[in-house]
Amino acid sequence: MISKNDLLHRRAVVAELLRDRADLLVIAGLGAPNWDVTAAGDHPNNFPLWGAMGSAAMIGLGLALAQPSRRVLVITGDGEMLMALGALATIAVQKPGNLAICVLDNERFGETGMQETHTAHGVDLAAIAKAAGFPMSLLVRTGNQVTKLRDLAHSGSGPIFAQVKIDSEALPFVLPPAEGGILKNRFRASVLGDEALYN
Amino acid sequence: MAAATKLSGSRPQDWPQAVFDILTDLDVRQVAIVPDAGHSRLIRLCEDDPRKRVVTLTTEEEGVALLAGAWLGGQKGVLLLQSSGVGNCINMLSLMETCQLPLLMLVTMRGEWGEFNPWQVPMGQGTQPALEAMGVIVRRADEPHLVAPAVLGAANLAFNTCRAVAVLIGQSVLGAKNFKELAKPR
Repeated sequence: MISKNDLLHRRAVVAELLRDRADLLVIAGLGAPNWDVTAAGDHPNNFPLWGAMGSAAMIGLGLALAQPSRRVLVITGDGEMLMALGALATIAVQKPGNLAICVLDNERFGETGMQETHTAHGVDLAAIAKAAGFPMSLLVRTGNQVTKLRDLAHSGSGPIFAQVKIDSEALPFVLPPAEGGILKNRFRASVLGDEALYN
Repeated sequence: MAAATKLSGSRPQDWPQAVFDILTDLDVRQVAIVPDAGHSRLIRLCEDDPRKRVVTLTTEEEGVALLAGAWLGGQKGVLLLQSSGVGNCINMLSLMETCQLPLLMLVTMRGEWGEFNPWQVPMGQGTQPALEAMGVIVRRADEPHLVAPAVLGAANLAFNTCRAVAVLIGQSVLGAKNFKELAKPR
């Protein structure tokens, strides 16, 4: 799971987070986290974003509040999370016990030419989440810590925030459906039953 | 009781109560807000209702994303904001258009009728064209008795056809502020 740079491989991290996913609901932030989640297996319980940068964590909150008996995992990138730091304050105040946010932090804007993000210059997302009031905020660097995060996301008490330091490798894209209507309808049918399609 | 029948019975000045009743009848469960004085009574009513979750945002675009997640999970929501906050939502509205997600926005207007503060004017004047540029259907209510019917129509349009719909509640409904009256005489 660890690269020659002593950093975690992003696809191995996501595969472990989604191992035995059962009825876990997943929001994937735009760009590489979307491709990573899809590489682990396209699934109707995934809502992979192709745009709306900065939305992933808040979509996770709305979903977690609407489905309090289900677990919700947001997997997004450092650039996407940096665009929505206020969402960490909003989520910390709401305290959704069934929500986990995992930031895959390669310290880069990966889709646009690997420009450095703020985390490459010391901005500490896990500390920001903790200061916002997340009762649990983790910095993850090892395979064992990823497994611990996987278990927390599936059954721990939330809200949970994790910043996972990953290698900045560029990997082949693995694409889910792009059409929003398909993504919405298959997700709602899976979560709410086929009757959702008649509403 | 159906919201439509309540409309005729409510006093026009008490539009926040009429809007609250409509939201309740429609089973709106998530109320996303960046506060505005014009929304204060409606916000209080929602806070006092244990069936509604009021989510205070740091910026209005969070509310667009929140309500996308709510709908994915089977709940309806509403976004209460001021006209200046519409500008903060623009790119996030692409989520609703692309994924055909319903969004009900109730926008209290500034920067128009009787405005005192020049800093409110650019976004107030830009509110409707900016929303329409992003595919949001806009309806105005410029008298108190028109607010509730506009909200009912907008909510049904939004939730039945999976569209983003905004009701602009005019400054003539809310009353214009004048900070000069609050300032120390020079």
